[in-house]
Amino acid sequence: MTRPVKTAIGVLLTAIMLFPVYWMINVSFTRDTDMRASPPHLVPWHGTLEGYRAVLDQQLPYLGTSLLVGIGTVLLTVALAAPAGYSLAKLRPPGAGGLNFVLLIAQMIPGIIMAMGFYAIYLKLGVLNSTAGLILADSTIAVPFGVLIFTAFMSGIPDELVQAARIDGASSWRTFRSVVLPMSRNSIVTVSLFAFLWAWSDFVFASTLDGGGAHQPITLGIYHYIGNNNQQWNAIMATAVVASIPATVLLIVAQRYVAAGVTAGAVKD
Amino acid sequence: MTRSARGGQWTAWAFAAPVVLYLVAFYAYPLYRNLDLSLRDYTVRSFVRGDAPFSGSDNYTKVVQDPTFGPALLHTVIFTLGSLAFQFTLGMALAVFFVQHFPLSGMLRALFLVPWLLPLIVSASTWSWMLNSDSGIVNWALGLVGIGPVNWLTSPSWSLTSVIIANIWIGIPFNLVVLYSGLQAISPEIYEAAALDGATGRQRFWRITLPLLRPVSAITLLLGLVYTLKVFDIIWIMTKGGPADSSTTFATWSYRLGFGNLLPSFGPGAAVGNLLIVIALIFGLIYIRRQRS
Repeated sequence: MTRPVKTAIGVLLTAIMLFPVYWMINVSFTRDTDMRASPPHLVPWHGTLEGYRAVLDQQLPYLGTSLLVGIGTVLLTVALAAPAGYSLAKLRPPGAGGLNFVLLIAQMIPGIIMAMGFYAIYLKLGVLNSTAGLILADSTIAVPFGVLIFTAFMSGIPDELVQAARIDGASSWRTFRSVVLPMSRNSIVTVSLFAFLWAWSDFVFASTLDGGGAHQPITLGIYHYIGNNNQQWNAIMATAVVASIPATVLLIVAQRYVAAGVTAGAVKD
Repeated sequence: MTRSARGGQWTAWAFAAPVVLYLVAFYAYPLYRNLDLSLRDYTVRSFVRGDAPFSGSDNYTKVVQDPTFGPALLHTVIFTLGSLAFQFTLGMALAVFFVQHFPLSGMLRALFLVPWLLPLIVSASTWSWMLNSDSGIVNWALGLVGIGPVNWLTSPSWSLTSVIIANIWIGIPFNLVVLYSGLQAISPEIYEAAALDGATGRQRFWRITLPLLRPVSAITLLLGLVYTLKVFDIIWIMTKGGPADSSTTFATWSYRLGFGNLLPSFGPGAAVGNLLIVIALIFGLIYIRRQRS
């Protein structure tokens, strides 16, 4: 096989794989009257922006909540995970192996089970349907992953650098803040991206803990759309397109971090 | 132990303390609450007041004897194994294809990540519409080759297949990326030596690639297994586990018991969830053992 032939096959395979994404975009521009046309309109020649108008009219508050929840989750995750990663990678406390083990296990617990436990606790505390409660619950998806990524990355920082800072009289905290953190920019980016994306995409916690809230995230916005049986598929798909923007941005600006994040959890360094 | 070493330990734990406390408060405690839920006889009233009587293993007995138990277990197994088999095979084929660098290969490989990054509700609702019986693009395409319309989501004989198809699509990128990184670690010299000895492409794959990739494959499959057991969003959004439980797995059953009805049964819901945790942890521990060895 020559290289151009391989490229052609590669393009074809990618096109097949991404067809559902194309179809989502196509349907988001399709007029209601054409929605059930046979044959279906493969390209939205007589496109409409009705769907996107519906997003602007109805979904902006949901998008705002998701943005807030995403940012909150990122801050909480990095604030908790970065110091822990530093500790496990460089300070190596006794019992570090046990903590690592617990973190690996934590990632495997099904979200639906966590949601049920959180529901029972939140109900008692009266914090159901609150944005802060949702941020806290969403952070549980990202914190164990974050610690493991930070640990793996910070292990790569030369010990000499950390020791040099100590000899110069810097405290552990100072060393962490002024030496380790600035060198860990890539891992901060990776962890933040994933924490944001997971919080933005979360449906399980949102539907169980924020189902009756005044401020609901976009995943519930879409879910209500589907559930209402209004069958306005261009509006549903337009919302889906808008909800996919963070994933797209992430892939464009941070492609190498994404691949690194996928493999980091799975493969031994 | 010197004084400074002990001081160092305190510092080390001070940095890790927030996460440890966090794990206790927001992992261990919810899991404990969940266990507690499964061991008590809850009603909505006692759920709020917190005075439900202890009922031992009653909820577990109830769940195991429930007519949904058998089908849910079977569907969980079919869903997990079906998804894994196809995700892994397709991911492997794509990884072997993409590892031969050609123009645009990096960009195309990156595009393959898209399904994995999209919010699950986006993927699930897109597939729902594509698989719509009357107006879906899939049935239209099948019609072109003379196959009559399939009731993908509304027929009990197809609903499980439909959610498996959507889940395979979502899982391919993970398998591709991990297996690709495993392939990159295989030294090209081995292939060169094999080529000199006259090995064909097929022989090289079965005799070199696959055996050398075994550790990575095992880890991919085990981690995929643990992830797939957890899948809830896709199934719930596409079929709600229906029609008539035909696509109900442990994850969706647990959710339906706890949140899906007007009258929640938290006890049995938590019991199903805990059974799911046990299954996930068994494979999770095998994974951790393998990864460390």
